[in-house]
Amino acid sequence: MVTCACNASNDELTKQLDRIIDPYRGNPGGLIQVLTKAQNLVGYLPRRVQVQIAEGLGVSLQEVYGVVTFYAFFSLIPRGRHKISVCAGTACYVKGTKMVTKTLKDLLDLKPGQTTPDSRFTLEIVRCIGACGLAPAMIIDGKDVHGRLEPELIPAVLEQYA
Amino acid sequence: MINLTIDNQQVAVEPGTSILEAAQKVGARIPTLCYLKDINVIGACRICLVEVQGAKTFIPSCVAPVAEGMVVRTNTPAVLKARKLVLELILSDHPMECLTCLRNQNCELQDLAKEFGITEVRFDGAKTEYPADDSSPAIVRDPRKCVLCRRCISVCTNVQTVQALCAVNRGFDTLISPAFNEKLADMECVQCGQCSLVCPTGAIVERDDTAKVWAALADPKKHVVVQTAPATRVQLGEALGAEPGSIFTGQMVAGLRRLGFDKVFDTDFTADLTILEEGNELLQRVTNGGTLPMITSCSPGWIKFCEHFYPDLLNHLSTCKSPQQMFGSLVKTYYAEKEGIDPEDIYCVSIMPCTAKKYECQRPEMNSSGYQDVDVVLTTRELGRMFIQAGLDAANLPEEEYDAPLGISTGAGEIFGASGGVMEAALRTVYEVVTGETLENIDFEVCRGISGVKEATVQVGDLPVKVAITNGLGNARKVLDKIRAGEADYHFIEVMCCPGGCIGGGGSPIPTDIDIRLKRIDATYTEDERMALRKSHENPAVKALYEEFLEKPLGHKSHELLHTKYTPRGVNK
Amino acid sequence: MKSLDELAKIKENRREALKIREGFPSATEKAHVMMCGGAGCISSKCLEVVDAMKEALSKNGIADQVQIILTGCMGPCDMGPVAIIYPDATFYRRLKPKDAGAIVEEHIMKGNKIPRLMYRAPGAKEPTPNVKDIDLFAKQKKIVLRNNFYIDPTSIEDYIANDGYAALGKALTKMQPEEIIEEVKKSGLRGRGGAGFSTGMKWAFTAAASGAPKYVVCNGDEGDPGAFMDRSVLEGDPHSVIEGMAICGRAIGAEQGYVYVRAEYPLAIERLDLALQKARENGLLGKDIFGSGFNFDIEIRIGAGAFVCGEETALLTSIEGRRGEPRPRPPFPANAGVWGKPTVLNNVETWANIPEIILKGADAYASVGTEKSKGTKVFALAGRINNTGIIEVPMGTTLREIVFEIGGGIPRKKAFKAVQTGGPSGGCIPAEHLDTPVDYDSLGALGAIMGSGGMIVLDEDTCMVDIAKFFLDFVVDESCGKCSPCRIGTKRMYEILDNISKGKGKEGDIELLEELALMIKATALCGLGQTAPNPVLSTIRYFRNEYEEHIRDQKCSCNVCELKE
Repeated sequence: MVTCACNASNDELTKQLDRIIDPYRGNPGGLIQVLTKAQNLVGYLPRRVQVQIAEGLGVSLQEVYGVVTFYAFFSLIPRGRHKISVCAGTACYVKGTKMVTKTLKDLLDLKPGQTTPDSRFTLEIVRCIGACGLAPAMIIDGKDVHGRLEPELIPAVLEQYA
Repeated sequence: MINLTIDNQQVAVEPGTSILEAAQKVGARIPTLCYLKDINVIGACRICLVEVQGAKTFIPSCVAPVAEGMVVRTNTPAVLKARKLVLELILSDHPMECLTCLRNQNCELQDLAKEFGITEVRFDGAKTEYPADDSSPAIVRDPRKCVLCRRCISVCTNVQTVQALCAVNRGFDTLISPAFNEKLADMECVQCGQCSLVCPTGAIVERDDTAKVWAALADPKKHVVVQTAPATRVQLGEALGAEPGSIFTGQMVAGLRRLGFDKVFDTDFTADLTILEEGNELLQRVTNGGTLPMITSCSPGWIKFCEHFYPDLLNHLSTCKSPQQMFGSLVKTYYAEKEGIDPEDIYCVSIMPCTAKKYECQRPEMNSSGYQDVDVVLTTRELGRMFIQAGLDAANLPEEEYDAPLGISTGAGEIFGASGGVMEAALRTVYEVVTGETLENIDFEVCRGISGVKEATVQVGDLPVKVAITNGLGNARKVLDKIRAGEADYHFIEVMCCPGGCIGGGGSPIPTDIDIRLKRIDATYTEDERMALRKSHENPAVKALYEEFLEKPLGHKSHELLHTKYTPRGVNK
Repeated sequence: MKSLDELAKIKENRREALKIREGFPSATEKAHVMMCGGAGCISSKCLEVVDAMKEALSKNGIADQVQIILTGCMGPCDMGPVAIIYPDATFYRRLKPKDAGAIVEEHIMKGNKIPRLMYRAPGAKEPTPNVKDIDLFAKQKKIVLRNNFYIDPTSIEDYIANDGYAALGKALTKMQPEEIIEEVKKSGLRGRGGAGFSTGMKWAFTAAASGAPKYVVCNGDEGDPGAFMDRSVLEGDPHSVIEGMAICGRAIGAEQGYVYVRAEYPLAIERLDLALQKARENGLLGKDIFGSGFNFDIEIRIGAGAFVCGEETALLTSIEGRRGEPRPRPPFPANAGVWGKPTVLNNVETWANIPEIILKGADAYASVGTEKSKGTKVFALAGRINNTGIIEVPMGTTLREIVFEIGGGIPRKKAFKAVQTGGPSGGCIPAEHLDTPVDYDSLGALGAIMGSGGMIVLDEDTCMVDIAKFFLDFVVDESCGKCSPCRIGTKRMYEILDNISKGKGKEGDIELLEELALMIKATALCGLGQTAPNPVLSTIRYFRNEYEEHIRDQKCSCNVCELKE
C-alpha cells in the first residue's frame, strides 16, 4: 500500500521514477519500457509505483496492472537479493531440471516463486535461458549461468552469493 | 457489394460485414457467446466458428469480414462438433450452480448448453477459484461464473471510459478484476452496472435487495411506500416476458399494490419538481453570472464519474438532488407531516432501471429528512422477480392509477427516462417561464434519439440557449474535455450515465441492446403523449407542494431537502 | 555514410588490419585470439580464460601484439570454452585458465600448437588442428552465421570488412524498391520463425498496403524452450539484422523499425544496442543513408516474458505497451500491424539472411537447399546428444546427418529414440524417419514443424508421455487466456496427461486427448494454441504403446514417471 509521503527516501524514489517516466509522459506505448526500468530500479512493482506510472503515462491503474500481471518478468512482491532462475527449457528438462529444482527446494526450503526469510534468494523456474549446451542449467541474478549442474555441485554455487 | 456463398446460398453484403451478420441474411443463425454487437467483437470464445473453404482452421464468424467469392458453411457436422466441445470445455470451468443463480433461465451460457444438448461434461479438472466481491451496494462479481468474454471490460473501458476492470494474470488463471483486486466499492467504479447488463452469465449481477423489501412489507409497523422511476414502466414488461417496448404503467401500479405497498408513488412527480428547481437554478446562473455550462445531476453514476475523473468541474453540476433522492427526503418530511406518520416508520422503496441508485441512496449526505431518505432501491430486474414470486400475472392485471399526491406527474417527468428527456422537459418549462408565452410545439425533436452527443440552440425569448445532451460516459467525457479546454459555450448540458439514458440503465431487463433501447424510447414518448399534462410547471401536485411546504423554487426548504453537494474523489486513491 | 566510397574505404582499411584472420601473418601482431563469447562459453567461464591469457600476455610483454576478441557463439557449446587462434586458425576446446600460459608461451610465441587442447573427431587417432578441417564444421554451411568465427560483434568495422552494409549500399544506390522485393521473392526465402511463409510475398503485401507510416519489425522473442539461434545471431552479428531490416525499410517504404528482444537475453540487448549506436554514428542508420534520401532507424523493445509474444499479433500488441494477447487475423500485419499501420514482421534469422541475398543475388542463395525450402537453417541442437550447440546446415540435410554426423550421436551408447523439433508447437520424429531431409514440408508431413530451429534429441531413457506433459505444462503456463480452447483445452489435456503419468489414466484417455487435440488445432485463436496439441499428437502417433503402458499397466518403462504403487 501507499507508504508515508513524508518519508524522504520515498520522495527520492518519486523523483527517480519521474526521470524514468519523463521520456514517455502521456505516451501509453511506453508502458512496458517504463515498467521494466522501474522494476530494475525498485526491484518489484508495488502499487504506488504503478500508480505513479499510470498517472505519468495517462493510463488507468487497471491497464498497468493488467500488463504487470501478464508478463512473467514483472513482480508484485519484493524479491531476494539474488534471483535463482532454474532453466526448464526442453534440453534442461530432459537432462535434469527436476533434480536441480528438488535440490534447491531442499537446500533453501523454498518453493518456486518464494523468497527465503532472510531475503537472500528468490527461486523461480524459467523457460530456456539459451544455455542448452550446458543443460541442466540455472542463471543467478540474470547474468551468471551455472551449467552441467549436479546435486552435489549446487551448494558451492550458492555459497558465492551472500 | 461483396458476393459470397453461405450454406449454398448466394448473398451480397456491404464490404466489412462480418460472416455472422451476412449469415443472418440467409437465415443462418450462428451461436455466439463473447460477441456483443458494437460493444465486443474479439473472437475469443470460439463458439461462433464456421467453416470457410480454403482456411486451415475454423473461422470466428463474429470478427471475420466477408471476402469476395468466400464459401462459408455454418453448420457442418465438424463445425457443430467443434463448437460443442468448446462449450463443454467452458462448462468444465463453470460452477454449474444454475438453479441457485440469479441469472437462471436468463443466461446465455445456459441457453447454449441447452441448444447444444449438453448432457455430460467429461472433464473434472481444476476450476477457477477466486472469491466474490460483494463490497459494492450496487453489483456483485463472482469470477467463478466468468467465461472471460470481456464484454464487461469493453463496456466499462470503451463505452463508459471508466476502466474499472482489466484482465489480470494469464492463461487458466486469468481473472477479470480491478487492479490489485481492489473492491469495487473502494475505487473509481461508478456503479453504473453496464457490466451486469452485458454479462452473459451470472458473473456480474445486481445486488439482490428483494429480501429487504419482502421483510419491510411483512413488518406491520412499517408504512412502505414505493416510487417508480420513469423508465421502469417501459421496462418491467420485458422482465415478465412481454415484448420490448411494452408499456406496463398501470399493471405495475396494480402489481405493487398487490405486493402490499401502502402507497404507490411515482418518481415522475419529483422529476417534475426537479425541472422547477433545476430550471430556476439555470436561470439564476445565467442571470447572475454563475458557473456555466450547468450540467444535470439526476444520474448517480454520472455524478460519481464526475467526482472521480473531473473533480475540477464539480461546480458545473446542478446542486439538485436526483428525483429519487428528492422523493426520499419529501416522503419522510412533507408526506409524513401531511399524513401524520412518524417518518421513522416510513420505509421508502425505489424501483429504478439503475444499479447506481442503490449506491446513491446510501451516500451519507442523503439523509435530509433525518433518516436515510430512500431505504432501498430495487432494479427493474428485481421487481420483475418479485412479481413472479408473488404469482402476479402482470399482463392480466387491471391497470391502476398512482396514489396522490406524490404519484401525480406530467409527460415531462416521464421523458426523464430517455436521453434528452431532462433537457426537453426543462426547455418546455424554461421557455414558458421566461417568455410567459405558451409553447406551441412542445416536442423538441432535437433532444431525442440515442446519438452520443446532441447539440442544439433554442431561442428562449431574447436568449439563444445553447444546449448539449450526452448519453454514455464516454460521450460525456468528450463534452467535459471541451469544458476543460474552455471550448464549450453551452448554457446547459444533460448527461446521462448509460447509453440511451435510463431506459438502458444498468438495472434494466436483460437483454438490453440498441434495438431494445430504441423501442423503450419510443414507448417513453408514447407515454408522454398520453399524459393530460406534459409540462412540469403545470403539475398540480408540485404546485401544491410549493404552496403547502416548500414555498418557492430554490427557497430555504428546497436547499435543505432538495439540493446537495459533491465530493471530489479522484482516482487511484 | 553518404556514399559507397566511404564504405569501401572503411572496408579496405579494416581488411588490411584483419588479414591475420585470413591466415596472413602480420608484421605487427602475433595473433588474434577469437574467444567464443556465446552464452554457453561464458557460462563455461571463458572470461576467466581471457583474463588468464591477458595476464600471460602481459607477463611476456606481448600484450600489444595479440588481440583477444570475444565473438558470438561459434556453435559447439558442449566443448566450451572454445577459441580459434589466427593466423593459423587453430581450434581449441575445453579451455581452462591454466591453459593460458601454454597457449601464449608455446603456441603464440613459439608456434608450437597444443594437441591436448584440440578437437579429436570420433574414432580419429590424431586431433584436427585447423578449424576448417573439423568435420562437424565442414558439414555445415554458414550464411546466417557467416561472421561468427571472424568478427568482433562490437566492431562495426569488422562487420564492414566482411562485406557488411554492402548489401544496404547496393539496395539504396543501385536497386529500386520493387527490385529488392523481387530479389527476395526469387531467393525463395521463407520465414525462419517457423511458419515458413514467403518473405518476399510478405514484403510485397506490405509494400502494396495503403497506410503510412509503415514499420519493420524483428521478432527476437525466441521463447521456444530449447532454442537459442536468434540469441546467437543477435549476440554474434547484430549488424546483419540491422542491415536486413534497413533493406526492407527501403523496399516497403518504412523509416522506423523495432527489434523485440526477450528480457532474458541481456547480452543480446547490450550488443544490439551498441550496434545500433555504431550504425547511427556511421550514418548507416538515420537520415539520408548513402546519400540516397532514405531515412531509417530502429528501436529496441524488450519482451517482458511471455512466450505468446512470439506470435505476430501478440508481439505487435506488446510493442504498443499492452498485454501481449493475439487478435484474430485478418487484418494481417501487412495491412494493420504496429499502431494499426502496415508492418513487416520477420524473425532474427530471416533478417540475417537478407544482406547475403541482396549482395550475392537470389540465384546464388536459391542454389542452396531443396526445391521448396531454400537456403540454410540454423538449429539449436541439444538434449541427449554429444555435440550440443548451434549449427547451420543447408535445407534438405537429413536428420541422421544432423544427429549422428554433426551432432556426434547419442552419449553413453544409449539408443536414439526421437528428435523433437519446433518446441511446444512441434512434434517428435522417431528413428524410422531419420533419413527425412529437413525442410518445411517434410517435417510438417511427419506431424512436426520446422519451427524456429530448436532440435532436442531424446534417447531411450526419455519417456514420451513425460515429454508430452512437459510441453503441455509449458503451453498451459504460457497461454494468454484469451480464447477458450487454448485456455481451458490445454489445461484439460495437461490434467489428463498428468493423470496418465501418475498411473491414474483411464481407458479412453488417449482418444479423449486426440479429440481435444484436433479440436484445439482447428479452433484456437492464434498459432500458439493451434499448434499446442502437436507434441501430444505426435507422441501418440509414434509412441502410442508408451501411453497404453502407462494407462493399462501403470508402468513407465523409462522409469521417469512416478506412478502410484
